[in-house]
Amino acid sequence: MPETGTEPRTTSGGPRSQATRLPDVNTQQKDKRGTHIERGAKRFELKDLNLFYGDFQAVQNISMTIEPNQVTALIGSSGCGKTTVLRSLNRMHELNPGARVEGHVLLDDTDIYSRDIDPVEVRRLVGMVFQAPNPFPTMSVYENAAAGLSLNRKGLTKSEKDEIVERSLRGAHLWDEVKDRLDKPGSGLSGGQQQRLCIARAIAVEPEVLLMDEPCSALDPVATLAIEDLIAELKGRYTIAIVTHNMQQAARASDVTAFLNLEESGKPGRLVEIGPTETIFTRPSEKATEDYVSGRFG
Amino acid sequence: MPQDPIGAGSGVPEVVPEGAGGLAVAGTGGGPLPEWTPYTVTGGAAALIALLLAATGSFSIVLMFVLTVVISLPVIYVWSRIAEGPRRALDRLATLSIVAAFGIAVAPLISLLYEVIKRGTARFDSAFFTESARGVVGAGGGAEHAIVGTLVITGVATLISVPIGIMGAIYLNEYGTGRLRRALTFFVDVMTGIPSIVAGLFAYAAFAVFLGPGIRLGIIGSVALSVLMIPIVIRTSEEILKIVPNHLREAAYALGTPKWKTVTRIVLPTALAGLVTGVMLSIARVIGETAPLLVTTGVVDSLNTDPVSGRMQNLAVYAYTEYKNPGVMKQAAYDRAWAAALTLIAIVMILSLIARFIYRRFGTEIR
Amino acid sequence: MEAHTDTTTQAGQILAGASGGSRRLGDRIFSNAATIAAVTILALLAGVAIFLIVKSIPAVTASAADLPEGKTLVDYIAPLAFGTVLAATLATIVAVPLAVAVALFISHIAPRRIALTLAYIVDLLAAIPSIVYGLWGIFVLGPAFVGVLNWLADNLGFIPFFTGPASVTGRTMLVAGLVLAVMILPIVSAVAREVFSQTPRRLEEGALALGATRWEMIRMTVLPFGRSAMISGTMLGLGRALGETMAVTIILSVSGVVSFDLVSQSNPTPIAANIALNFPESSGVAVNALIASGLVLFAITLVVNMIARVVIARQNLQ
Repeated sequence: MPETGTEPRTTSGGPRSQATRLPDVNTQQKDKRGTHIERGAKRFELKDLNLFYGDFQAVQNISMTIEPNQVTALIGSSGCGKTTVLRSLNRMHELNPGARVEGHVLLDDTDIYSRDIDPVEVRRLVGMVFQAPNPFPTMSVYENAAAGLSLNRKGLTKSEKDEIVERSLRGAHLWDEVKDRLDKPGSGLSGGQQQRLCIARAIAVEPEVLLMDEPCSALDPVATLAIEDLIAELKGRYTIAIVTHNMQQAARASDVTAFLNLEESGKPGRLVEIGPTETIFTRPSEKATEDYVSGRFG
Repeated sequence: MPQDPIGAGSGVPEVVPEGAGGLAVAGTGGGPLPEWTPYTVTGGAAALIALLLAATGSFSIVLMFVLTVVISLPVIYVWSRIAEGPRRALDRLATLSIVAAFGIAVAPLISLLYEVIKRGTARFDSAFFTESARGVVGAGGGAEHAIVGTLVITGVATLISVPIGIMGAIYLNEYGTGRLRRALTFFVDVMTGIPSIVAGLFAYAAFAVFLGPGIRLGIIGSVALSVLMIPIVIRTSEEILKIVPNHLREAAYALGTPKWKTVTRIVLPTALAGLVTGVMLSIARVIGETAPLLVTTGVVDSLNTDPVSGRMQNLAVYAYTEYKNPGVMKQAAYDRAWAAALTLIAIVMILSLIARFIYRRFGTEIR
Repeated sequence: MEAHTDTTTQAGQILAGASGGSRRLGDRIFSNAATIAAVTILALLAGVAIFLIVKSIPAVTASAADLPEGKTLVDYIAPLAFGTVLAATLATIVAVPLAVAVALFISHIAPRRIALTLAYIVDLLAAIPSIVYGLWGIFVLGPAFVGVLNWLADNLGFIPFFTGPASVTGRTMLVAGLVLAVMILPIVSAVAREVFSQTPRRLEEGALALGATRWEMIRMTVLPFGRSAMISGTMLGLGRALGETMAVTIILSVSGVVSFDLVSQSNPTPIAANIALNFPESSGVAVNALIASGLVLFAITLVVNMIARVVIARQNLQ
């Protein structure tokens, strides 16, 4: 059962940005109180990131960048820490018991773990799609898509909301399939449709980054391809990072691939190599990378 | 999450700690107000109010608590709303309201335990435990007859309930099929909701049909208590039997053991600690019951250890009658009532603690 | 399942010898005993209804003149039923929001390490015998509330609930209702808490990942998920409050009136309190009338509890 996350080293204090209306993507969001996260921010930079669960160190000294308008895939054998790294990017890692973060995660030059940044704000700018589709069971399709809106943007008129819901559902390639059943429960859809609904829900709040944790592992091949097509289209507007243990998917769907590995079990995961996907899969520099992508282990 | 076999829904104190986990997100951090803001505001308000009340001479803890909550909650909300925005402010308000609600819920418990201990110890002397009320008018006297009566009545009730209850649980878990099983499950749950006084009336009515009206015996009280105990014994025993791993049964069958021997030689001994715990908890639940005994066992001042002959006093009814008919020296009677109440609580607590201890210490195979 | 064993081989002889005789008999005896126990329990429940009905009949057939207070049976029981429902409803209205808040506190807000201890403390409330609650209510809570009762009667007296004049001892429906609420709170809270802590983590994370605050997450995921548990817990608590006897008997200063006034000296008499007060000294048809009122109480609580269990069963199927 989930237990408490102890607070990471960041605690509150000092001014911070409010959750406010979302302006155009590329304008700066200045607010009354100083530190803000710029709109149009898209680039993640990880600097010497070390992630812990209590005393156990899950990943060690990760330094890499995740560039905008690209799909970056994190691959590696199970337990190497790729999901842990992903969840540290939207401050979900700290929800685990005893979780700890050392190092820096910069979202366009703002350290999201700094003391005056609100994790709630971070999570609104960095959206996440989970491994198993998790639409809210008591809400309809429409309400699911609009779930984030009702949190972040109060005071929308019904027609404004309708427009955003339709836009998000279209963006997730789901609109045609659900437009006649918007008020039916979200859990009544097929697995692939549910996952697209979760994607629609995530993009409805207009995040800057989309994190996807093995989004297709619970889906059949047809649904998987549909999601991959969607990802290819979404990368034009978002920064996308995707964790996958399916190498073919990484090869198909990503522009940049990062390979994480454990030296031996019990040791923390490390970033072995990161580079353009084609290079990683055809001419990797590290032996471990080559072994992994050619299927010799993992 | 570990299973909780001792159903909380029946109001029976739990034995197995249930998983208390929801995602515990740090809720009130991440805002410009410092961490300690809620504490200082509440503490400051409480201190101010206490002083004010003391100054005007109308101090009471209840009033202080209420006013502190009424004043500090809006203050924190407004302050947070200005500094942090409406969503954060609502989050803080919700959190503080929930904490206040918990305080309100726990306050009666604290008050009650405090008062019972304070007032009950006035007569917590050896005379209370060794003398009966026979011939006592005014001060003095004791509750020996009541204590013994409680033990006898509850003991007989246990003797009736345990075999029936455990066999019923065995039926549900090992043998039952089809409509009888479904009916039994449903109605056992319904039985846990029988008002205790109705159980008493039933026992009286049943005996009165055969023995005439106006009958009062210890054993009638035991039957009434059994009606209340049996559903609890069944529910807890069934949950325990469910936890006994199936592979133990299958190992026995694979050796050629017949089913009844498997149940009696393998399943029951494995579940023994849990079954004992369930029985003890059901005893703890009924030992304080007054209403069913009031209408079945009657009131009497002297010691009677025979459940099938004559009226029998017990602690719960004793506490009630001492309060209701205090006689000439009211305070003495009230003191005895409180002492009886304290004894009852002590018995219930001890039984619950022993039950938990047994489960923790001996229930290793079924956890 | 009877298979023919070949008794010409040694194995066959062993099998043939074992499949009859003592083994099957033992199984049959034991399984019959278990079934008998099951039937006995159902018979017991039926017996409760039957014996109560049998002993109520004399009151049903008696004329008003023979019955207590000279009323017909219906006129006798109706005000008592009103008292029961009023007290129990008041208790439930107070207890349920508190219980849900307490459940949320333990499942989502309190630090994990002490959450279990806190749960145990709340459950302690359920272990205290009702007579102790009664004594506490009449000696402690009632007197403490006299000031509140006066304030309510003076300032809110225009509302039918607070007409007054306020009781000077605190032995009012309001105080009795509050004590009942404390008694049923652990039941409602335990049911709610059990379900709240089972809210699937992926739903909670889904809400948080959208940028929800903790309270927003609770509102979006935990509370909807626990909705039927809250309903069934409420009904269980209501059922318990309907049947509760001693606390109400001791605290309430009863006079059998039918009134919504919560703060005055004269209060409706709940069925259970009426029985407790009058049964020891009653005889003849009066006893039958009391038993008849007990039967009505049984019926009411039976309906409420059955509804609760149906709601629970429906939820478990999901």
